Amino acid sequence: MKAQRALFTALILSLLSLISSTALAAPLRLWHAYRGNEEKALEAILAGWKGSPVETLAVPYDAYATKLAAAIPLGEGPDLFIDSHERLGDYRARRIVGPVGDALEAGVFSPPALEAVSAEGTVWGLPLSQKCLALYLNTDLVKDAPATLEDLADLRGKLPTGTFPLAYEIKGAYGLAALFSSFGGRLLDDQDGYGFVGPAAEQTLLLARDLIDQRVIPEDVDGALVTNLFKAGQAAYAVSGPWLAADLGENAPVKWRVVPLPRLRATGQPMRPLLTVESVMLSPQGAAKAEARALARLLASAEGAQIRARFGPTPTARLDVEVAAGDAPVQVFALQAKAAIPMPSSRAMRAVWDPANRAILKVLRRDATADVALAEGKRRFDDVRRPLPGRASPVPALLLVGVVGLFLAFQWSKRSREEGWSAQLKQSLPSYRYVAHAVIAVGLLVIVPLVIGAATSLFAGSDENQRYVGLANFINILTARGGPLLASGSFYLVLLVTLLWTVCNIVLHVGIGAALALILSRPTLRFRAAYRVLLIIPWAVPSYVTALAWKGMFHRQFGAVTGLILGINRLFGTSVEPIAWFSRFSTAFIANLTTNVWLGFPFMMVVTLGALTSVPDDVLEAARVDGATRWQRLRLVTLPIIRPTLAPAVTLGAIWTFNMFNVVFLVSGGDPDGTTDILVSEAYRWAFTRENQYGYAAAYAVLIFLMLFLTTRKRGTKADVTKIGATPTAPAEVV
Amino acid sequence: MTREPDAPSAFESIAAHFVLVLAVAFALYPVLWVVALAFSGSRPPTAQMLPLPHDPTLANFVEVVSTTRTTPDGTVWLFGRQLMNSIVVSIATAATGILIAVPTAYALARFKFLGKERGVRALLATQMFPTVASLIPLYLMLDRLGLLNSRTGLVVCYASTSVPFAIFQLRAAFEAIPVDLEEAAMVDGATRFEAFLRVVLPAARPAIAVTALFAFMSAYNEFILAATLLNKAEMFTLPIVLQSYIGEYDARRELFAAGALLVSVPVMALFYVAQRHLVAGLTAGGVKG
Repeated sequence: MKAQRALFTALILSLLSLISSTALAAPLRLWHAYRGNEEKALEAILAGWKGSPVETLAVPYDAYATKLAAAIPLGEGPDLFIDSHERLGDYRARRIVGPVGDALEAGVFSPPALEAVSAEGTVWGLPLSQKCLALYLNTDLVKDAPATLEDLADLRGKLPTGTFPLAYEIKGAYGLAALFSSFGGRLLDDQDGYGFVGPAAEQTLLLARDLIDQRVIPEDVDGALVTNLFKAGQAAYAVSGPWLAADLGENAPVKWRVVPLPRLRATGQPMRPLLTVESVMLSPQGAAKAEARALARLLASAEGAQIRARFGPTPTARLDVEVAAGDAPVQVFALQAKAAIPMPSSRAMRAVWDPANRAILKVLRRDATADVALAEGKRRFDDVRRPLPGRASPVPALLLVGVVGLFLAFQWSKRSREEGWSAQLKQSLPSYRYVAHAVIAVGLLVIVPLVIGAATSLFAGSDENQRYVGLANFINILTARGGPLLASGSFYLVLLVTLLWTVCNIVLHVGIGAALALILSRPTLRFRAAYRVLLIIPWAVPSYVTALAWKGMFHRQFGAVTGLILGINRLFGTSVEPIAWFSRFSTAFIANLTTNVWLGFPFMMVVTLGALTSVPDDVLEAARVDGATRWQRLRLVTLPIIRPTLAPAVTLGAIWTFNMFNVVFLVSGGDPDGTTDILVSEAYRWAFTRENQYGYAAAYAVLIFLMLFLTTRKRGTKADVTKIGATPTAPAEVV
Repeated sequence: MTREPDAPSAFESIAAHFVLVLAVAFALYPVLWVVALAFSGSRPPTAQMLPLPHDPTLANFVEVVSTTRTTPDGTVWLFGRQLMNSIVVSIATAATGILIAVPTAYALARFKFLGKERGVRALLATQMFPTVASLIPLYLMLDRLGLLNSRTGLVVCYASTSVPFAIFQLRAAFEAIPVDLEEAAMVDGATRFEAFLRVVLPAARPAIAVTALFAFMSAYNEFILAATLLNKAEMFTLPIVLQSYIGEYDARRELFAAGALLVSVPVMALFYVAQRHLVAGLTAGGVKG
């Protein structure tokens, strides 16, 4: 047996070593979120580097900031990374960026760009390029740059059907900021105060809503759709950044040119977009390496700028690089950059986006009047930026831990003196050899992080100024942060939504799954195998793929569900209006539900199919002979027999659904206005998008855990979840 | 479910097929959209009912498959490397997870020992805590263990998270196997461990196969942990690569779709092979004694 144990261990070790990576000498590490031409440009610049090898990594955009923040403090991060300047405030607060020091060439960068990457008299990044929005023209459809936005709007009705005058991501604060500026507004003022309130913001929103109502701008347009509409010739103009030009490339499907954004006739002011300065930054360990600084200097050099210009029309921030004559887009973007408003790099800026975006959506969808939605946005901003709870003394908690520890030790010693306990332990010893690896693996990698995570809930503040606050996070959550208990985003409202979500899902999963299983188990059914394979498919496709596919299908103007509605209208002469799925709670909830039911019913179907094989034929036959109708046989014989098998699967399914983050986050993303968020996605937002309040997120996680634990504990005797798929007990007794 | 001597009416048969066809349509519609998108040229956004590709082309697949990267040691075929990573990591996860779970599940099914009930409760409790709060501690721990930025670390994490569910499932399967079988073997002179290896394991094969398939799938489809832990493109698994096709301003949806299809094909093939066992393996009730 020892030999087998050794064999066992050796097998695991050899498996692991098979795939483990060999350690390499440390090259310079450079991270970026580029793709396509921008990535090629970076490679071309690096080809001219003579120093140590450079290891580049293209990180998916969504994971970028989190990954930097996690890796750099541990020394696992890059020496250099490329990011927009507006994250600098955050990065400085987390101490994951260092000063550029001697990498800076004096007097070569444009003053606004240099100012954007400076703070406290130090330069924290080298500007590579400046990005801002400008106006694209489809020259097949329109010839001239409009003088004002209103002139542009007058195009409506004069274009081929299915073509919109303008594609503009007006539902996001980043895009709308340009319009806001022509009313004299700023998203964040110099004292880190929230700026998206007041008359200017109201006028901006009303104008935006008008433009959509008059079908000047298609509704519900995000950045990717702007690109798609313009490329497909479905928009005469588009407000977009240099990335659209890069995407259009040389053999673009449409003829195009770029001009600066127009004025607004109503105020006479130009639309001034936000300016982001893309910069190469050094991590603290990179800043200490002369070679890393030299590489940063190369990336920001004039040669670098020239190489980048060959791959796309991104205006450089350098004053000593001549823009090649005839390269109109670069010139236009350089011109536009001069008129743009540099985005504030303070940490407060990151808290602006979510409240502003929600206020915009609310008004565009007519869920609230502009003043109400904007005031609510301001409250949300203040809520996220609220002062940290005061430090608490850890003494009570330590005392509690001590008392509980003593109590347990006392219990333990009492039990060990009990009669037969040591005999029991002796008997148990052989069994422990079977479970030891599982205890170590699960204990170390699942339970320890879980306990540490739970302990985080007693702390507040984001990573650089953690403080112990006792139960303040819990009190905060459970009192809805001082607001009304059922206010939007409060714990109790989100809990209600979560419960509704779980119940609806389980009912539909089990209902559909069991019904299909019953039909599939009909003895005379043809093509049974084929049906079964096809019905299992949703289970086999990765859930993030299907979540994104469903999200696309629910788009109001271009989604397949709308296509389906239009098709039905055509076939039957009805006139059902396409539904804006994510603008109301009910429809957004249904969209999430549909996706999750689609993902989940095959599991229940397969479990039921398995359970049905345990229903003995003779029992059913006996019931039939006794004159039971088919319905009676189903209700009185089949269901009682399969119930014990289904119960654990249902309970485990309920736990998973309660914590189903992917679908909610990817399909509705909480829309409208965070109402479809469930507790898990709310916790996620506090951890990753609202100033990284991990303690607060952990408190949510602990509350979720406690609720699930207590609920299943009560039901534990009836539906022992740990026995998923257990054999039903003696079926004959049931009848 | 049962042999029905009275033949079902034609109406019932038709109704059954109608419901099944409807369900199949519901199951396939989104998948067909992904297929259509994957074969489309740059697709203008239009609302259409049928998932038909626009300007059919294979270019998306070519672009996804032909990613390379030039290093000082030569050119690496990134897609191939990443596909191998995905497969190797998933197989290693399934193997490690099963190796850990099988003896434990067997002990839970057959032996009485101190702390058994508590242990099972704790195992169940691990399923209830949202990973959002344990991700960062896990990251710090892997760093201490020197397992950051390695596929081994990924396998270790995936395997241990897949263990609780695997234990529940295998335990039920072992409980369904009659004790007499082992006892007979032990009477014939086998030790308990030998009886377990020679008698119980073969009888539980379908359940083990299905449990392994689950562990394989969970590793094969995971991307949050993978994107956080891995720092080298040569180490990436495919879901991270797919994710990177969805950017902030230019979602290359057709590339995402093409990649998604390529990623899904091996899993679908496994499901197809395993589907016979799936019903029996997921429910120990199918393993009739």
